Amino acid sequence: MELEVRRVRQAFLSGRSRPLRFRLQQLEALRRMVQEREKDILTAIAADLCKSEFNVYSQEVITVLGEIDFMLENLPEWVTAKPVKKNVLTMLDEAYIQPQPLGVVLIIGAWNYPFVLTIQPLIGAIAAGNAVIIKPSELSENTAKILAKLLPQYLDQDLYIVINGGVEETTELLKQRFDHIFYTGNTAVGKIVMEAAAKHLTPVTLELGGKSPCYIDKDCDLDIVCRRITWGKYMNCGQTCIAPDYILCEASLQNQIVWKIKETVKEFYGENIKESPDYERIINLRHFKRILSLLEGQKIAFGGETDEATRYIAPTVLTDVDPKTKVMQEEIFGPILPIVPVKNVDEAINFINEREKPLALYVFSHNHKLIKRMIDETSSGGVTGNDVIMHFTLNSFPFGGVGSSGMGAYHGKHSFDTFSHQRPCLLKSLKREGANKLRYPPNSQSKVDWGKFFLLKRFNKEKLGLLLLTFLGIVAAVLVKEVSSVSAWLPIVWDVRSPCAWPPHLGSEARLCLAATTSRK
Amino acid sequence: MDPLGDTLRRLREAFHAGRTRPAEFRAAQLQGLGRFLQENKQLLHDALAQDLHKSAFESEVSEVAISQGEVTLALRNLRAWMKDERVPKNLATQLDSAFIRKEPFGLVLIIAPWNYPLNLTLVPLVGALAAALSLHCPAGNCVVLKPSEISKNVEKILAEVLPQYVDQSCFAVVLGGPQETGQLLEHRFDYIFFTGSPRVGKIVMTAAAKHLTPVTLELGGKNPCYVDDNCDPQTVANRVAWFRYFNAGQTCVAPDYVLCSPEMQERLLPALQSTITRFYGDDPQSSPNLGRIINQKQFQRLRALLGCGRVAIGGQSDESDRYIAPTVLVDVQEMEPVMQEEIFGPILPIVNVQSLDEAIEFINRREKPLALYAFSNSSQVVKRVLTQTSSGGFCGNDGFMHMTLASLPFGGVGASGMGRYHGKFSFDTFSHHRACLLRSPGMEKLNALRYPPQSPRRLRMLLVAMEAQGCSCTLL
Repeated sequence: MELEVRRVRQAFLSGRSRPLRFRLQQLEALRRMVQEREKDILTAIAADLCKSEFNVYSQEVITVLGEIDFMLENLPEWVTAKPVKKNVLTMLDEAYIQPQPLGVVLIIGAWNYPFVLTIQPLIGAIAAGNAVIIKPSELSENTAKILAKLLPQYLDQDLYIVINGGVEETTELLKQRFDHIFYTGNTAVGKIVMEAAAKHLTPVTLELGGKSPCYIDKDCDLDIVCRRITWGKYMNCGQTCIAPDYILCEASLQNQIVWKIKETVKEFYGENIKESPDYERIINLRHFKRILSLLEGQKIAFGGETDEATRYIAPTVLTDVDPKTKVMQEEIFGPILPIVPVKNVDEAINFINEREKPLALYVFSHNHKLIKRMIDETSSGGVTGNDVIMHFTLNSFPFGGVGSSGMGAYHGKHSFDTFSHQRPCLLKSLKREGANKLRYPPNSQSKVDWGKFFLLKRFNKEKLGLLLLTFLGIVAAVLVKEVSSVSAWLPIVWDVRSPCAWPPHLGSEARLCLAATTSRK
Repeated sequence: MDPLGDTLRRLREAFHAGRTRPAEFRAAQLQGLGRFLQENKQLLHDALAQDLHKSAFESEVSEVAISQGEVTLALRNLRAWMKDERVPKNLATQLDSAFIRKEPFGLVLIIAPWNYPLNLTLVPLVGALAAALSLHCPAGNCVVLKPSEISKNVEKILAEVLPQYVDQSCFAVVLGGPQETGQLLEHRFDYIFFTGSPRVGKIVMTAAAKHLTPVTLELGGKNPCYVDDNCDPQTVANRVAWFRYFNAGQTCVAPDYVLCSPEMQERLLPALQSTITRFYGDDPQSSPNLGRIINQKQFQRLRALLGCGRVAIGGQSDESDRYIAPTVLVDVQEMEPVMQEEIFGPILPIVNVQSLDEAIEFINRREKPLALYAFSNSSQVVKRVLTQTSSGGFCGNDGFMHMTLASLPFGGVGASGMGRYHGKFSFDTFSHHRACLLRSPGMEKLNALRYPPQSPRRLRMLLVAMEAQGCSCTLL
């Protein structure tokens, strides 16, 4: 493990991954891989999650291709230095922020969307010029294998490597030193990852989870609401970090909601859900049993059928759920939708705020004020109003959690920023040393006042010419020390404006310079 | 009885209750900070002089004025910063409202160091309080401040005077040493901002991991200062010396050591001597412009470093005064203690390299520093050092001037830290950027494309829709 990491680090230190052209080439190669080996990829993922190839394509592959294209289009602009606003002291200098790669990045993937949740961060890491070690989830075995097989065929074999393995191998890997660790998974392991990272002061991005609440207001079109929720909830058999985990609504709405969801389920998956190619399965037996246990003691409004042999759990809705029961204690990550009745939106907001901040929050209402209130008075990673999941699809959004649902964000430029160090750079010249005399000891009160002036006054670009001449005037005054001759012509040149805070200890020529440079509001 | 726990509980409750407070409340807190600085200037100057023998110039320029500047900047820009940020939309979301909402995290812990005890406490505090200000969510961050117990006199003012200017319901000062800080870290915070050494940075991050608390760590390192043969030695000496001996060298971004050729060293030494004499006189100990070492422990540590290499300039010390003369060491070996730890004192070792390549290689062998400096008349040389190394920040041909620009983010990378602040970056550090997408209940026909049962035909329609736009987006 150590040797592997060292090899990747050596590759990074060679500098190969830094030039823009190289990064673009690697991203193009990745794109080719996705297109040319689509069949292999779709087959692998389908095998892991019993997913139809269409669903794999539309849920995973499209996002990956879209992200690559977005990077290819924008990367040339992102890698350039960004000039920043300067102040009086630095107005003749170059000041900018230069993005730089961090070094060796570790990406630990998840099993529920095994392709996109591993490759999308990889795209960002490559775009930022890093070397990457990818550790796909061992639970999605086939995808892990196909990634290990395909990536070296298309990408640089020393800069981007795949390491497969279980808990033991991951623990070993986490003992190594990285320059950034990107982890997608659950809260418990998130803590372990951050603790391991702390030993090396490695920054982390943790994409975790939680129970994403879904509030349904009385004032809404229940037909549409239930369709959207059904789609988001039972997608991937509920194994989505931003799936609506549970519903909060007034008790009077429960029956209608149950009915409409039931109808929608029929429409989506047919009478015999087991036969539908669009309905997935639970990833493994352990999770199957875990989800099953959540049903104990619950009022099943519909669904609840299971088949251990195929790890099938039917789309299920629970009503009148008691918040203290197990199903409301952990992230469900399965096709079970509890409805918790609340009296009103106040109670819903309190309910949400009593719990850990979720990764996503959903609210359905025609009442815009209510939606606004829900957003204002709660916190979550992200929000979609009047729909579910969709904020994930807009890559101009930073996608990430808050509190126990995670830290950091990615997608689009946010990926690039996550995997870069934005380095502030100030380039001065060795000339004009005379001006610096103001700052050097021995100090005096006038120097203190000058110090304050330069630090606190803002630099207005429009006055560049004025300031430049003033600056040279100051330099002249300091160097030449011919106070009287300078002050003789200064009042003629400059229009004296009324100053705001004058340092009282300055000489007359300095006052005039100050007046000229005082920024107008 | 857990008085600490009670304080934290009170603040958390205030955070939740504060949702009904008007936005002006928060602006008032920032204004309070401004008044604190203005009304207690002499008090603060005296305390800084007692703790670190800071001159009025240094206190004003590096502590009070900088803090004041940040308060003013925050008050001036708050509205703009806290506005919901609209984002570009894709085909699927054209008719929706898409924006990023800046939200406070909640309970924020700021742990401050002793070397710039006012600046490094107040500037993060400005950010934490500013990030609170929201038209929509007036509650904002509640802050626990843990000033350094080592800078005793400033600590006293922060504990006793500052609370008179900031509302108690959103602000508390906690005092104590390493043990108390350890206890503090066992509690759960929503954000931790730490300035200090990498060693303690690891402890803070480990404690934060237990609660999945995000952190900003402003740490340190050995900031290299490359001096090219092609430069004016006197100018370089002025600049390097000023930044090195400012605050008696106790600055996280001070040039820690010089890398130059033996020839350059020959020219630099007399220039440095001349500069030091000009700055501090023939007897620097009697100069009011030179600071003192914060305490005995640091003093002893630094005095031991004087034994490394050979003293070319300075080298005197006085234990009763915690005084160390502005010192330059030569013939220093890489393995000596002075090149193994961050110096944080008025000692400047010069390490010889034969070429720019060797200098860059030397720098890259070591941990990424908080700052990196390169001096040369040739902008090519400066740019080369910049592109072939990594560091928190970089300044060509001067010392830590990049810190005076609030438009530049300030922070480390690698062992020198993570996260950044100053100006708007402070505001962003202390806020959660929440993606908000408000869809219309209409357009359901379009959504139907994403629903099962799926078919190749649907997929084709999806792809056609995407290609027609020529944009990359996800239509599920």
